[in-house]
Amino acid sequence: MISPILFWCVAFLTVVPALSLLFAKKAVHIAMAIVAVMVGLAVAYVALDAPFLGVVQIVVYTGAVMMLFLFVLMLVGVDQREEMKETLVGQRWIALFGAGGLVALLISVIADVTMEPAEDMTSGEPDAVAGLLFTDYVVIMEILGALLITAAVGALVLTHMPRLAPRRTQKEQQRDRVLAGANPVNKPMPGVYARHNALDVPALDPEGKPIEDSVSRVLEIRHQMDTATSYRADLNDPSKRVSDKPEHEATAETDSEKGEDK
Amino acid sequence: MSPIAFVYLATVLFGIGAAAVLTRRNAIIAFMGVELMLNAANLALVAFSRIHGEIDGQVMAFFVMVVAAAEVVVGLAIIIAVFRARQSISLDEPAELKG
Repeated sequence: MISPILFWCVAFLTVVPALSLLFAKKAVHIAMAIVAVMVGLAVAYVALDAPFLGVVQIVVYTGAVMMLFLFVLMLVGVDQREEMKETLVGQRWIALFGAGGLVALLISVIADVTMEPAEDMTSGEPDAVAGLLFTDYVVIMEILGALLITAAVGALVLTHMPRLAPRRTQKEQQRDRVLAGANPVNKPMPGVYARHNALDVPALDPEGKPIEDSVSRVLEIRHQMDTATSYRADLNDPSKRVSDKPEHEATAETDSEKGEDK
Repeated sequence: MSPIAFVYLATVLFGIGAAAVLTRRNAIIAFMGVELMLNAANLALVAFSRIHGEIDGQVMAFFVMVVAAAEVVVGLAIIIAVFRARQSISLDEPAELKG
């Protein structure tokens, strides 16, 4: 026999989260509450000598079905608001009355049952269930396999979006970009050939002009880009040109100066 | 405690699920109500299986689970297709069908 404590724990664990279906606002909260209901039902199955079904319940419902619900909520948008305006007048109260009446009817019928539960039963271990599943119910089992395949294909067909225009290849995209006048080669990294290679310093092209495209657009929007005016001034001022002297000699001089300072 | 108590529990869960299907407008929440009703029926089947001392009820519950899984997959695919077409999953939207 089932311990009353276990039954009331299961009842509490299932009915209270299930009520969130009626009262909770957010669909995600409801989905998590239904997960709790499924776990409670799995406990009930184990208590009712159906350990195999209890495990299947956890794997199929909490593991697969409710996660599928959460994925769809994510795709559809969690913030889908539910408008509370009633299109049919009094529909909510009629619905609640109908559901309550159904419960009252079913309970009154069950209360009339005088059947004594069986004293012992073979526990629903996997081998016991399999023995029945693959003998008496094997045809239904096969048909259910076909049903599952059909459902998977149906889901693929229903969510498939036909492509309206042919897909543009990488080659076509590149050709269009070049035809539109874009530079066909890669942009240089910031700081290439410049005096320092910080991210906010534009690279210099072979003529020594700053390439402003080489600095990240974000820095430009934030006004954090080095405007490179000093480089332009150096270019325009012939006295500051260092181009007559090879670059490595100039750096060698500065290095030796630094060494003396130390 | 007799296993018949679990049949009462299944009845209450079935009622909650039915009320959710009838009152909620969000298609996904109504669908979760359908799931709860299916699970309540499963609980009743397992409880009857225990009362009779036979395993057949558990096999039936197993079949219900398989069919429910297939139903969830197709149902959610339909919800996504409707959402793509109408940008809404409200169950009141199709009321516009009457023209």
